[in-house]
Amino acid sequence: MAAATPAATPAAGADAGPSHGLRIFSIWLPLAVIADLLIWIVWGPHLPPGAMSSSASNQQFDIKVMAVLAAPVMLFVLTYFSYALITWRQREGDTEDGPPLHGNTRVQASWITITAGIVLSLFVFGTVELVSSHGAGAGEGPSPIWKPGGTPLQVQVIAQQWKFTYRYPQFGGFETTQLVLPEGQWVAFNVTSLDVIHSFWAYQLGVKADANPGSDNVAYTKPELQGRFVVRCSELCGLWHGAMFDYGRVVSPSAFRSWADATRVQLAAVTKILPPYATTYDPTVIPQLNKALVKAGIGGANGYYYPPQDPVQP
Amino acid sequence: MAIEIQPEKVQGPGGGDPAAGRPSRPWWLRPAVHTAVLGAVIGYVVGHWLGNFLGSNYQQLPLSDSSDMPIVLGYLLAVVGWLAGLGVFNDPLRQMAGRPIPVEEEDAAAASGLARYFRYSLDHKVVGIQYLVGMIIYFCTAGLFAMAIRTELLSPVHHVFSSSTYIEIVGEHGTMMMMLMTSVIVGPFGNFLVPIMIGAKRVAFPRIEALSFWLTPCAFLILFSGLFLGGFPFGWTGYAPLSIQAGPGADSYAIAFGLMGISIILAGFNIIVTVICYRAPGMRWSRLPMFVWSMLATSVLMVLAAPVLVGGMYMIITDRTVQTAFFTDQLGGSSYLYQNLFWFFGHPEVYILALPGFGIVSEIIPVFCRKPLFGYKTAAAGMVGVAVLSFFVWQHHLFDSGINPDMRPLFMLTTELISIPTGFIYLVAMGTFWKAKIRFTVPMLFALGMYFNFLIGGISGVFLSDVPADTTEHGSFFVMAHFHYTIMGGLIFAFMAGVYYWLPKMMGIKLNQTLGKIHFWTMFIFFNATFLPLFAVGMAGQPRRVFEYASNLQTINDWVSISSFCLGGSILIFIINFVWSTGIVREREVGNPWQSRGLEWQVPSPPPPGNFERVPVVLSGPYEYGTPGAPPVADLYPPAGVISAAYAGSPTAGAEA
Repeated sequence: MAAATPAATPAAGADAGPSHGLRIFSIWLPLAVIADLLIWIVWGPHLPPGAMSSSASNQQFDIKVMAVLAAPVMLFVLTYFSYALITWRQREGDTEDGPPLHGNTRVQASWITITAGIVLSLFVFGTVELVSSHGAGAGEGPSPIWKPGGTPLQVQVIAQQWKFTYRYPQFGGFETTQLVLPEGQWVAFNVTSLDVIHSFWAYQLGVKADANPGSDNVAYTKPELQGRFVVRCSELCGLWHGAMFDYGRVVSPSAFRSWADATRVQLAAVTKILPPYATTYDPTVIPQLNKALVKAGIGGANGYYYPPQDPVQP
Repeated sequence: MAIEIQPEKVQGPGGGDPAAGRPSRPWWLRPAVHTAVLGAVIGYVVGHWLGNFLGSNYQQLPLSDSSDMPIVLGYLLAVVGWLAGLGVFNDPLRQMAGRPIPVEEEDAAAASGLARYFRYSLDHKVVGIQYLVGMIIYFCTAGLFAMAIRTELLSPVHHVFSSSTYIEIVGEHGTMMMMLMTSVIVGPFGNFLVPIMIGAKRVAFPRIEALSFWLTPCAFLILFSGLFLGGFPFGWTGYAPLSIQAGPGADSYAIAFGLMGISIILAGFNIIVTVICYRAPGMRWSRLPMFVWSMLATSVLMVLAAPVLVGGMYMIITDRTVQTAFFTDQLGGSSYLYQNLFWFFGHPEVYILALPGFGIVSEIIPVFCRKPLFGYKTAAAGMVGVAVLSFFVWQHHLFDSGINPDMRPLFMLTTELISIPTGFIYLVAMGTFWKAKIRFTVPMLFALGMYFNFLIGGISGVFLSDVPADTTEHGSFFVMAHFHYTIMGGLIFAFMAGVYYWLPKMMGIKLNQTLGKIHFWTMFIFFNATFLPLFAVGMAGQPRRVFEYASNLQTINDWVSISSFCLGGSILIFIINFVWSTGIVREREVGNPWQSRGLEWQVPSPPPPGNFERVPVVLSGPYEYGTPGAPPVADLYPPAGVISAAYAGSPTAGAEA
């Protein structure tokens, strides 16, 4: 059996022949340098999600940095494998086994050190980026710990199957289907849901926050360019999840002020019958309905179990 | 007090008593698939009636004359009936009644036909083949759903399916793949090969192992039957308020996923005990084949993670039927609870899907590099490290959800740490390739494809672990491309490597190598053509599971769809090869075609009942290629008395004596 045949010169394999390591290194190094330069200079400025807001540029920078780190690693593995597959094929008629290398402490130790170093620096980098960008545009729960100074513009995002509506509590709490934001001011999105889990994804703004029923999820960003952006639901929420999208606008602060004031007046009658602004809403609690139920004598369990058809189906 | 010591009796698998015999019955009275189907039908009818009887006061489903209760009880009793029909309970009941357990008929030389594959067989080799065929069927069914998804995504606005049909297809594809493919390697190769690789004549718990297989057709059929109940609109994750709100198809999701959870607990349990307790003398931990290490690590994950899934599914079922409120926030429940439960299972699960792939490729490359595995301990440490760390990363699926926002740096760290042990697998591969004598066989090609794909999958995973970058990538096609690279590109490529490598062993039949190479190259090219562009699609802002997307992404989506059809064609080549080679040509392969040192290759193909005539004594590790003077891997016919010497502590000396 071939497996049992001893190799001809067991120890000679290590040093004989060309220095494969040097060759692989010298193929890899220029490739890595070129790839990194291309990523940083050519590709980097066009990486998603763009630079429309502070969190978007922050994410673009993160993706760029990680691409610059990842490209050499990938290229190293690919170069190595390509080199190995070309150089160390078993030639026709050769039935011998390879050299019996069981391991190499130095190689293993340096590999572990290098990968651990990359990983730990990525962790530090990611944490710094997360904290310094005030949560990186991601949902931070009801009481965010990394928030920008000052008073941000509050926009409540109310998700339901299958649309988003927006409330502006600093402008009388009107609720509208239009998302309009001022340029250059921090915005706090208070994201909540009325039924199932949705996710508010303002793609060009680099904001994503899950909308959970009964909870308030805050995300911060500062729009830095005027224009239109896409809002999509990015958590599967049922039948028409694919159609749950709309568009928002970033406008100049003065245009925003006039839009908000006009809308406030326009919607004043509607705002009056809305439930008062709150961080979360319970869609099953509707005052008028409650009154009717109490009048009919089914206003509660009265210390007994609910009748089986009663518990609320959200 | 004197203890009566009985002489050891000869036992068949499962504790059968050869003296008991089995009454010879005509085939239609023997428990097999047909009686199981009968039992399932009876069980469903009884359960449905019982559910209507018990639950008629519960909320009626809209547009239906029944509540969830009859459906759930129908499914559950159908499973019980299915198992009873298979004869799962016969022997335990006999034992409870104190009657002798007859030996399985399979062990008799007569029962070598196809019929044994349709029975509750206690032979781990039969279970392995059952799993293999089952898994290929499940994989292809779910793959057809994937192609249906891609058909719908050919156009951003024109629809092939209605939105409800589309969402059903998405859910069926995702769930079927994610729940059934957990066993795609553990099932066929783990059950078949682990005992042979460790020199055991049988597995520790043949009944549990067989049960774990026979639950998978139940799970598959129940999940599939969800389509007839209107499907379920929540993908494979089943996030809670939506899965409580959804129609009766959600019952089939919860029951099927829960059953599959039970199945993988059982499968994992059996493998853990087998590996720990059934190793042949001389099979030290440092000689364990890497595939067995990966099976052990995977099984530990299965046993520890899947109970959480079963619990979560149970809570969904009770929320839906008896109106508990685990996940309803107006009644004190929490939708976060489900997310936590699900991902506490879900993240170890993706390593249940990755580790077997690592195991197969690490097992295969030394054979075709003709070199020892580089850094054996590093490889084993990598698998154990991945397995341990995988329990500490689940909240990276919830970075944007608002849960524990201040814990995100920790989960970012653990997630990135997991790339260190994963890197070990690459270090081991690269070291093994160093100055190797590489043979480009079909299994080797698939193993190389796995390393290539998993590299992309793993590196894209690092992008996802970074919270700021994840804000854009989360829930988009980027994630989808990422895990298809790790699961389809990693696990399924490794599965294919395993099929081409071990099928000669398992069936004694050679697969056509030319078709195999065509299969590899088409699969490799079209897999990458399908999923590489999806990273860009996701980065460009397309969320997962949508049926409408931005019209400027149509070209790239069409490219992906057409590639995916070609990928389906590549799988078809595999099916043709499989059926052609095993069913029609049946070219025998009895020896050791790959000149492997693996213990499993030292026995005839297919292995005889009982695997080894005598318990072998393992003399050296499985990867000693090119080592001068390396002893053969095992002594298959150790002289009498050697085993007891081995237990005395020096197996090698005992064997040489």
